[in-house]
Amino acid sequence: MNENEVRSSKRAYLAGPYALWIAVFTILPLIVILKYALTGADGHFTLDNMTAIFSPIHVKAMWFSLKIAVGCTVFCILLSYPMVLAMKHLGLGRKSFSLFVIILPMWMNFILRILAWQMILSNNGILNLFLTKLGFEPVQIANTSAAIMIGVVYDYLPYMILPVYTAIMEINEDLIEAAKDLGAGSFTVFRKVIFPLSVPGLLSGTVMVFVPSMTSFVISDILGGGKLQLIGNVIEQEFTTGNNWNMGSGLSVALMVFVLISMAFTVKNEDQGRESVIW
Amino acid sequence: MKRLKDILSGIYIGFIALILYAPILVLIVLSFNDSRSRVTWGGFTLNWYVTLFSNKQILEALVTTVILALASSAVAVLVGVPGALGIHAMSKKKYKAFMTLTNIPMLNADIVTGIALMLWLVHFIPLGFGSVLLAHITFNIPYVILSVMPRIQQMNVSVYEATRDLGAGPVYSFFKVLLPEIMPGIISGFFMAFTMSMDDFVITYFTKGAGVNTLSTLIYGQIRKGIKPEMYALSTLIFIFVSLILTAFNVFSEKRKAKTLKEYENY
Repeated sequence: MNENEVRSSKRAYLAGPYALWIAVFTILPLIVILKYALTGADGHFTLDNMTAIFSPIHVKAMWFSLKIAVGCTVFCILLSYPMVLAMKHLGLGRKSFSLFVIILPMWMNFILRILAWQMILSNNGILNLFLTKLGFEPVQIANTSAAIMIGVVYDYLPYMILPVYTAIMEINEDLIEAAKDLGAGSFTVFRKVIFPLSVPGLLSGTVMVFVPSMTSFVISDILGGGKLQLIGNVIEQEFTTGNNWNMGSGLSVALMVFVLISMAFTVKNEDQGRESVIW
Repeated sequence: MKRLKDILSGIYIGFIALILYAPILVLIVLSFNDSRSRVTWGGFTLNWYVTLFSNKQILEALVTTVILALASSAVAVLVGVPGALGIHAMSKKKYKAFMTLTNIPMLNADIVTGIALMLWLVHFIPLGFGSVLLAHITFNIPYVILSVMPRIQQMNVSVYEATRDLGAGPVYSFFKVLLPEIMPGIISGFFMAFTMSMDDFVITYFTKGAGVNTLSTLIYGQIRKGIKPEMYALSTLIFIFVSLILTAFNVFSEKRKAKTLKEYENY
C-alpha cells in the first residue's frame, strides 16, 4: 500500500458522521414503521395492516393514485420536450436565465399556488370568466379528477423540464450537425439523436414526478373537493382523524413496496447512464 | 420556415410560462384586494402589507421557516460534504451501497418518510422544532451529496496528492485545494437544500407536533377557515425578494463567466 492509498482509506472515515446519520434517521425509522405495520392495536404480530391494501376501498384509492401518477408523468413528458426543444431552438439554452424562469415559481408556497388553481378552475372562476367572455361554453372541472390532474401536472412539471433540459443541452452539437449533413430531417434528428441521448434525463424526471404525484394528499384535498381520495389521503386520515397508526403504517409500507418495485426498473436503467442528472 | 419555427417556439414557451405564472399572478392580485373574500374584488389596497407586520402568528411562522431552512441546510452541508468526500474514497461496492442509501429519502414518498421519522422520533424527543429540524436535515443531506459528488469526481486528485507530497498538511490542502474545487457544488447543494426545506409541507406536517408552525403548515391550517390576506402579501414579498436575489446572482455569474472566458482567451 503506498502513501496515497493509505490517505484514501483514511479519507473514507470522513463519511463516519453521515453513516451514523443514515443509521439513526433513515434506517431505524424504516424499521420502526415496519414494526408498527406488523403489529395490531393489541401489540401482537399481524399481517392485517399490510393486506388491508387489498380491501376494495384501498384498491380503489391505489388505482386512482396510479392513474393520476401515470397520467401526470405522461403529460409532463409531452409538455417538457417541446419546451426544451423550443428553448434550444431560440438559443435560450445555455443561459441560466431560462432555468431561473422555471425554478422561480417554486418560491411561492405550493399550497397557495394550488389554492390559486382552485380559484382559476372553480365553476364561476377565472377560467370560465374568460371562456364566457370569448363566447365559449363554461367548463365544469372543479372537484373532478381533471382538476387534480391539472394540479399535479402544474406542480411537478419543473421536475421533468429540468433534467430533460440538462440532458438535451449536454448533447454535442456536432452530432446533430453530422446527422443533418447526412440528410436527416428535424424529426429524424430528434428520433435518432436527441431523444435517445435524453433518456437519462427522462428517467430522472420520471422518478421525480411519478412518486410525489402518486402519494400527494394536499393537491387532491384542495382540487378534488375532499371526495376523490388518493392513497396519500387515506394514509393521512389514518393518522389524523382515524387515529389508527398501525393501519396507517401498514398502508405506508405497502405503498413503499409498490413504489420501490415500480422504480427498481427505472433506476436500474438509469445506472447504465450517468450518475444523476436531476438538476 | 425558420421564422415559422421561431414563432411557434416563442408561442409555446409563452404558453408554458403562462401556466407556470398564472397562479402566482392570481396570488399577487389577491394581496392588493380590499376584501377578505377570495372571490370578490373590493378595490385596491396596500392594507395587508401594513397589517402583516402586526400579525404575530404569520411572523412567527416566517421566522421558524427561515431558521429551520438555514439551520438544516447548514448542518446538511457540514455532514454531507465530508460524507461525499469519504464515500468517494471507498471501494466500489461500499460506494454503491452508500449511494443507494442516500437515494432512499429521495425515492421514498414524502408521506412515508414523514410518518417513519415521526414514529421513531416520538420515542425519545417531544415533537416540536427539534424533531422538525432533524427531519429536514435528513432529507437535505442527499441534495448536498448529490450536488457535491459530481464535482469531486471531476476533480483532479493529483493536485491534492501533489500538495500533500510537497509537505502540506491535510487541513491546509483541504482549504487551499479541495474546498475551492468543490465550492460550486457546495453552494448549489446548500441552495437546493434551503429551497426544499422552505417549500416542504408533508414531512413537517407529520413531525411537528402541536404548537410549532412553518408557513406551509400555517397555510394548510387556514384552508378551511379561509387564508388570511396578509399571507398573500407575505408570499408576494418573498417572491419579489427571491426574484431580485436570483436575478442579481444570475447577472453576477454571467459576468464572471464572461470574464474568465476573456482571461482564457488572453493566454
